[in-house]
Amino acid sequence: MEKYLNIDHVSIEFPTANGPFKALDNVSLKIDKGEFVSIIGHSGCGKSTVMNIVGGLYQATEGGVILEGREVNEPGPDRAIVFQNHSLFPWLTAYENVDLAVKSVFKGKKSTKEMKEWVDHNIALVHMSHAKNKLPAEISGGMKQRIGIARALAMEPKVLLMDEPFGALDALTRAHLQDSLMEIQTELNNTVIMITHDVDEAVLLSDKIVMMTNGPAASIGEVMHVDLERPRKRLYLSDDPKYNHFRSEVIHFLHERHAKKVA
Amino acid sequence: MIGFTWFVPLVKLVSGESPRVQLAEFGKMVGVPAVAFILFLGLWHIGAAKVVTSLGQVPGPVQVYEQAGGLIDEHYQEREKAQAFLERQEKRNAEKLAKNPDAKVKIRPYTGKETYFDQILTSLFTVFIGFLIASIIAIPAGIVSGLSDTLYSALNPLIQIFKPVSPLAWLPIVTMVVSATYVTADPMFSKSFITSAITVTLCSLWPTLINTAVGVSSIDRDLINVGRVLRLNYFTTVFKIVIPSSIPMIFTGLRISLGIGWMVLIAAEMLAQNPGLGKFVWDEFQNGSSSSLGRIMVAVLTIGILGFMLDRIMLVMQKAFSYDKNAVVR
Ligand SMILES: Nc1ncnc2c1ncn2[C@@H]1O[C@H](COP(=O)(O)OP(=O)(O)OP(=O)(O)O)[C@@H](O)[C@H]1O
Ligand SMILES: [Mg+2]
Repeated sequence: MEKYLNIDHVSIEFPTANGPFKALDNVSLKIDKGEFVSIIGHSGCGKSTVMNIVGGLYQATEGGVILEGREVNEPGPDRAIVFQNHSLFPWLTAYENVDLAVKSVFKGKKSTKEMKEWVDHNIALVHMSHAKNKLPAEISGGMKQRIGIARALAMEPKVLLMDEPFGALDALTRAHLQDSLMEIQTELNNTVIMITHDVDEAVLLSDKIVMMTNGPAASIGEVMHVDLERPRKRLYLSDDPKYNHFRSEVIHFLHERHAKKVA
Repeated sequence: MIGFTWFVPLVKLVSGESPRVQLAEFGKMVGVPAVAFILFLGLWHIGAAKVVTSLGQVPGPVQVYEQAGGLIDEHYQEREKAQAFLERQEKRNAEKLAKNPDAKVKIRPYTGKETYFDQILTSLFTVFIGFLIASIIAIPAGIVSGLSDTLYSALNPLIQIFKPVSPLAWLPIVTMVVSATYVTADPMFSKSFITSAITVTLCSLWPTLINTAVGVSSIDRDLINVGRVLRLNYFTTVFKIVIPSSIPMIFTGLRISLGIGWMVLIAAEMLAQNPGLGKFVWDEFQNGSSSSLGRIMVAVLTIGILGFMLDRIMLVMQKAFSYDKNAVVR
């Protein structure tokens, strides 16, 4: 059977001043519907590039991405993106930011009232109803990222793409957002690709961890299934031998088998 | 915020907030500029007395003040004359109609000479029109060329070449072109007005164009990508993303443009004989009476103060339209 999302033998070359630069070589990955996949790897290996190809922002030089049997090669709301730096429009309030997305995706499909409710629903989902009329500059980094997630979820994407969504946040805020994300995931069961640097985050959230080799011409090194029971509670997991096993597997991959050469 | 910052410590002082600190603040904001201003007046007074021209002594602050008063008086006298004229005309017509209800009555406008205030209004109107045309051209052109690298590299050399051209160089060309193309039996605007306004346009176009293009081309890539994910079309992208995020830069450009426009206008009016402040200065210079230099000095101050006010208005608009309320703009 065809997988829900199929990243099929993708390679990409960037034209640079010193000739073409091959960032990805033959990346293949199959993802099931409702699966939560993390991509982990050293900085600069090409994680964002993979995501941008799935998101349609970049075009693969070879190979392609197939979603529900159809090739995708341009951006669209069925592959919503949560950017690392929230990327909210600074001149719009939290509500208006989500509203802009909802209006452009559901125009003609939902009534004005339904759209309004849908915006409010998604803002409530990320626990931001109390600050929905504030401008991005008036809320904290974690809150901005919540709104960014609400905006992406509000597009009802087939695949939710997140590029280091919590990378810019402090550890505590990050933990809060991870918990929120797990809670949302239990409810909606989205298909998610998340890029991360954080081993704990990857093990805690994912069904599958994709470990990438170092660039240039990076590809997928190993794929690990994380079959930990859900719901997962970070408090109990730290004593769970299975959890620690997954953790150490990833760490071994990153720091032993594919340690970053220090230049 | 708009040149009234000195007000803040005063209010705080009245509301009983740490009087000593507020007094010091107030002193810094009002005291220092006031002392500087008085010093300036003093130096002017002493310096002016030392220079004697063919039109007499260079006027000091006192003479200039007197001349300003004179110009204001002339304005009111002229207005009274106009009022009297209109009343006479009305009375005459009423009498005529009383004798013969079918009589044709003539209503003529009063054609007295322009007062100083009329000239100020003419100047403001001319600069406004010139600036408006410039903005209408420069903002869209800036947006389009900011979005397209090709167009930007096509326009850039032209912009760089035309940007430094002095209004005095444009004026003869504009004058000739206007004379050749603007031929109507009943012109709504005088040629001198159109020439001056277009010269303002030609010189004040560039800062807005350049700043808009730079603002547009430096939009955060991620914001554009959000628009791409949402599949916004070109126009929606421009209106929902591009314009709002480059508003601060657009206004920076507009402010510089208006400043340049105002400066250029005076020169343009002198040569084009548009009845505004520029023409006033020129006429006074040609006049060469003993009061001329004083009157010109009044014009200099007026031009300065109005330019300052125009800039403040733009600043207020810039702040009102900018999403980043914390940005320091001055
Ligand atoms: N538009 C581009 N043009 C040229 N080279 C690019 C471009 N985008 C990415 N690259 C190169 O491709 C490689 C992978 O970049 P990418 O941003 O995907 O890395 P990453 O794994 O996301 O890194 P990080 O963890 O630091 O975000 C890097 O060497 C980068 O310099
Ligand atoms: Mg990246």
